[in-house]
Amino acid sequence: MNLMHYWRAMWGIIGRELWRFVTQRERFISALVRPLVWLFVFAAGFRAALGLAITPPYETYILYEVYITPGLIGMIQLFNGMQSSLSMVYDREMGSMRILMVCPLPRWFLLLSKLLAGTGVSILQVYVFLGISWFYDIHAPWQGYLWILPALVLSGLMLGALGLLLSSFIKQLENFAGVMNFVIFPMFFMSTALYPLWKMKESSAFLSQLAQYNPFSQAVEMIRFALYGQFNQQACLYTLVAFVVFMAAAIVGYNPSKGMMVKKGGG
Amino acid sequence: MKHKVLIGVLTATLATTLLGLARAETVFVTLEKDNALAVVDPAAGTLVKTVPIGQRPRGIALSPDNKQLYIATSDENTIKIVDANSFKILGKLPSGEDPETFALNPAGDKLYVSNEDDSLVTVIDIAKKKVIKKIKVGVEPEGITVSPDNKWLISVSETTNMVHWINTKNNTIEANTLVDPRPRAASFTADSQQLWVTSEMAGTVMILDSQTQQVIKTISFEVSGITNDKIQPVGVVIDKDRNRAYVALGPANRVAVINAKTFEVEKVLLVGQRVWNLAFSPDQKHLYTTNGVSNDISLIDLDTQTVTKSVGVGTYPWGVAIKP
Repeated sequence: MNLMHYWRAMWGIIGRELWRFVTQRERFISALVRPLVWLFVFAAGFRAALGLAITPPYETYILYEVYITPGLIGMIQLFNGMQSSLSMVYDREMGSMRILMVCPLPRWFLLLSKLLAGTGVSILQVYVFLGISWFYDIHAPWQGYLWILPALVLSGLMLGALGLLLSSFIKQLENFAGVMNFVIFPMFFMSTALYPLWKMKESSAFLSQLAQYNPFSQAVEMIRFALYGQFNQQACLYTLVAFVVFMAAAIVGYNPSKGMMVKKGGG
Repeated sequence: MKHKVLIGVLTATLATTLLGLARAETVFVTLEKDNALAVVDPAAGTLVKTVPIGQRPRGIALSPDNKQLYIATSDENTIKIVDANSFKILGKLPSGEDPETFALNPAGDKLYVSNEDDSLVTVIDIAKKKVIKKIKVGVEPEGITVSPDNKWLISVSETTNMVHWINTKNNTIEANTLVDPRPRAASFTADSQQLWVTSEMAGTVMILDSQTQQVIKTISFEVSGITNDKIQPVGVVIDKDRNRAYVALGPANRVAVINAKTFEVEKVLLVGQRVWNLAFSPDQKHLYTTNGVSNDISLIDLDTQTVTKSVGVGTYPWGVAIKP
């Protein structure tokens, strides 16, 4: 088993994911429409909603559109992460997962490749979204568009790992609606994606605590700071730790002898 | 070749340093409620210090030699002369009751004060610290300015809705122009050809021709997401080449950027709450705004036309003056 095998397997997985993404035009468009609807419709209605308080990384007053842009980037990655886990469930139902899993390479490597593939796709979506929002007068310093890349890789991996972990629990595609209700929505709404922590604190201290410890919030804050050329160490570490935990759990979950698949009677 | 590169690098470094020095201006802001003067370093974007200055300071101006500040301390019924470096109070001018806004003539030897409650404009000889004349104007005079060619002294009265054209030679009113309700501030273009006047209640800016004293254009504003009653223009400044004018829109929390040739509103910039007064940096590359309710000033980069920073200064920032 040499490096070439690893390379080939990884490109096989990433290539398949990219190919899927490029050929399924509806998926590409729908992935973009979701954040754009939020930006053009939801944010427009809340233009003055933020009131007044300048919080880092911002140095002056901003419109609501500007505030939620990093949150919507997080949303793209969150949905993308969940979508690739959905495809895992589908793969398992269709049997193509078995082909992947019997590949003579470590399972963690295969899962990581799958994650990287999903993250790559989400980053493409994010840059297209940023391009469109540029014409909507949402401008960040040019360095920010470079700094955001490593942040997107980490946040994409973390959210993807969470998706993988969830997919190891789900036996049938129909159960995915539960993920929507119990994971995506609470994660998205109980975060700093739509409103800053200080605003949440005004209404509920408990909610703001939940939001603070929500890994999605930390990923969004990491992206927000990176977009303005700043490094948020705490958010970065938190996201990294969350990734490691989710990934480790997903690897265990996908282990046929110990994982969830055994408990539920195999894939 | 190596030498050329070295010289190039050195020149670049020197140029950068000089540019840095060129932006070493100081921003002075009067704090109406803190009874103080805030000193801001705009390059660093920080409040350097706050100096107690007197009761309810509002109007502020810098002498042409940049050595003295004139600050209207409204509740002390005087205009204080303050050293622009040491902030020592050098003297007081007899401004009359409740001075708010005032203007210096281009030579810097005369000061004209609006006395809102008495419907007067007081003319003061700065060197003698004496009142030369009190000119009866309309009810509640507010905005006041002198044309750069020193021909006209302008006083706008808020309640009479009038612009008074006062001849600076004999200090008498030569003409009056009726304008939109509650005119607040007035500014001349650098060539003295046009006078821009803001109307707080109509939400407009009127451009008057200095020759005919007639309104030649009225500009209205629209800000998406903001109701029209919130758009209350106050401060107005026009750049020296008459390319662009900037208008503070009060509770709309925006500064409007107007093409001064076509009179079209090009964009609006989000600043702090209740923006009233504006001042250019000496090189006119930056604009500074005082935001009365959010207790800060906003720094605008005019090359990119973006608000780069808002700096907290103290309670109720009112007037702003820039020292090179």
